[in-house]
Amino acid sequence: MHSYTDSGSKDTRSGFGAGLLELGRSNPNVVALCADLTGSLKMDAFAAEFPERFFQTGIAEAHMIGMAAGLTIGGKIPFTGTFANFSTGRVYDQIRQSVAYSGKNVKICASHAGLTLGEDGATHQILEDIGLMKMLPGMTVISPCDFNQTKAATIAIAEHDGPVYLRFGRPKVPNFTPADRPFVIGKADVLTEGSDVTICANGHLVWEALEAANALEAKGIKAEVINFATIKPLDVDTLLASVGKTGRVVTAEEHQRHGGLGDSIAQALAMHRPTPMEMVAVNDSFGESGTPAQLLTKYGLDAANIVAAAERVLQR
Amino acid sequence: MTPQLHDLPSQVRRDILRMVHAVQSGHPGGSMGCTEFFVALYFDILRHTPAPFNMDGQGEDLFFLSNGHISPVFYSVLARSGYFSVEELNTFRKLDSRLQGHPTTHEGLPGVRIASGSLGQGLSVAVGAAQAKKLAGDDRLVFTLHGDGELQEGQIWEAALYAGAKNVDNLISTIDANGQQIDGSTDEVMPMGDIGSKFAAFGWEVMHIQQGNDLDAVRNGLRDAIAKTGKGKPVCVVMHTSMGHGVDFMAGTHKWHGIAPSDEQLEAALAQLPETLGDYPA
Repeated sequence: MHSYTDSGSKDTRSGFGAGLLELGRSNPNVVALCADLTGSLKMDAFAAEFPERFFQTGIAEAHMIGMAAGLTIGGKIPFTGTFANFSTGRVYDQIRQSVAYSGKNVKICASHAGLTLGEDGATHQILEDIGLMKMLPGMTVISPCDFNQTKAATIAIAEHDGPVYLRFGRPKVPNFTPADRPFVIGKADVLTEGSDVTICANGHLVWEALEAANALEAKGIKAEVINFATIKPLDVDTLLASVGKTGRVVTAEEHQRHGGLGDSIAQALAMHRPTPMEMVAVNDSFGESGTPAQLLTKYGLDAANIVAAAERVLQR
Repeated sequence: MTPQLHDLPSQVRRDILRMVHAVQSGHPGGSMGCTEFFVALYFDILRHTPAPFNMDGQGEDLFFLSNGHISPVFYSVLARSGYFSVEELNTFRKLDSRLQGHPTTHEGLPGVRIASGSLGQGLSVAVGAAQAKKLAGDDRLVFTLHGDGELQEGQIWEAALYAGAKNVDNLISTIDANGQQIDGSTDEVMPMGDIGSKFAAFGWEVMHIQQGNDLDAVRNGLRDAIAKTGKGKPVCVVMHTSMGHGVDFMAGTHKWHGIAPSDEQLEAALAQLPETLGDYPA
């Protein structure tokens, strides 16, 4: 059985807020912008402690992204905050031209990503954001798994010179990674060692993958769970080392199958080591209102679906 | 005033036409309409250090071109004010050039601080840069240029609202009011109404330069604009120009927005524009 325990469920967005506050205290160049969702993004502590470094833009996401690009000219490190949908799809061209193509050191921080936003429904449940962002040249894309890792990733991206998309979520989920573990961009973490199947997961589905690994172990199947918090650049070395042992892969993510972690893994495997693979992801559909748990089940993203995918891939 | 100042517009227009003609693409009309503005800004108004170019520009006035398609005039004036060699103008729009069709930082061209081309984004960037200057205690100013047609983009008004509401008073945004856009006059395509009143309603200090193709009128107007900074409001300069100004058959029409002159048209145009500082080698 995996050795990870939930130290008390917390929302990943609060990990972002905690990391941002710490950055505010340690790095005077860090500034933050928010488009009228300060409480939802957990940016209020930063805003209260550093009002001169906090920019409330109102409900104007396109302007917020452009303004962040401008703040880099003079050496500031801007962190923008809004929901994932409004952080990406709504402002794609602003990110493309003013941030990515211009090579600006902007950190685009996005909460309420994926289905687990819950009851607000499909207008707010973006499932395409990782694909949109990973296609941009030079963009780093990160989707951490819990409070601790989101906090660590928030701190780490301030040290990275270049645009970053950091994705996290709304609901309270198990917090199980070590509290003080530094985040290394581009490094995947092997959470459980196994020889039968490699499960590559990120975001909220890492915990589901660990639960799936327990269920598989009860059936005599040893799964190696790897947390691919960084989707781009992808840690191909860790992937290939694991697949060299297992020869079977399942990917799990709260995103469309098109454009997510799964297709980055599939591309790497197709080029370096063609391997039977199953993808646990949303299959070309929009979400809907419901509780996070109901939605993960209905759209086939929970631990039971990861177990089923592992069993399918083992029969190929 | 340097002795060469009044010689510059004719030479810059020659640069624009020769650059666009050489690759049979680019945007001469708006470039020629804004020539006096660029010459006034870069040779008289801006407190800037062309070389070595510093991206952060602390202690310098900054300029952001939001309507990036008028890159020919931007490149000509950057080169002639010392950001890079005048000879490099002959690489405009060619493979492996730093002088891309629309300005970008991507190839490291000195003088460019943001990519532009997709319209409506430069004002937000300038607001961010202006706020960065305030945070750093830097009392220099941020200038922008926008097309009047560009104001049809919604992001402009997001940025205008912010700048007015948040008292970004170290910012001077000039609108090239030439009344033209690609599909025709702005009155035909999307009547803009009273641009100055719109900015005033968004909390800006608004002024006009009626003779936007008179170098001294532009210089004086920009000086007036500078005098209005630091008083709690961003400053909007509505600058009335004629697209294609300087060549009789190109002036005052949208038809030369994105069209290159033929060999014969180039010859006829250059005949109206004295070579004052020396053409760049072809």
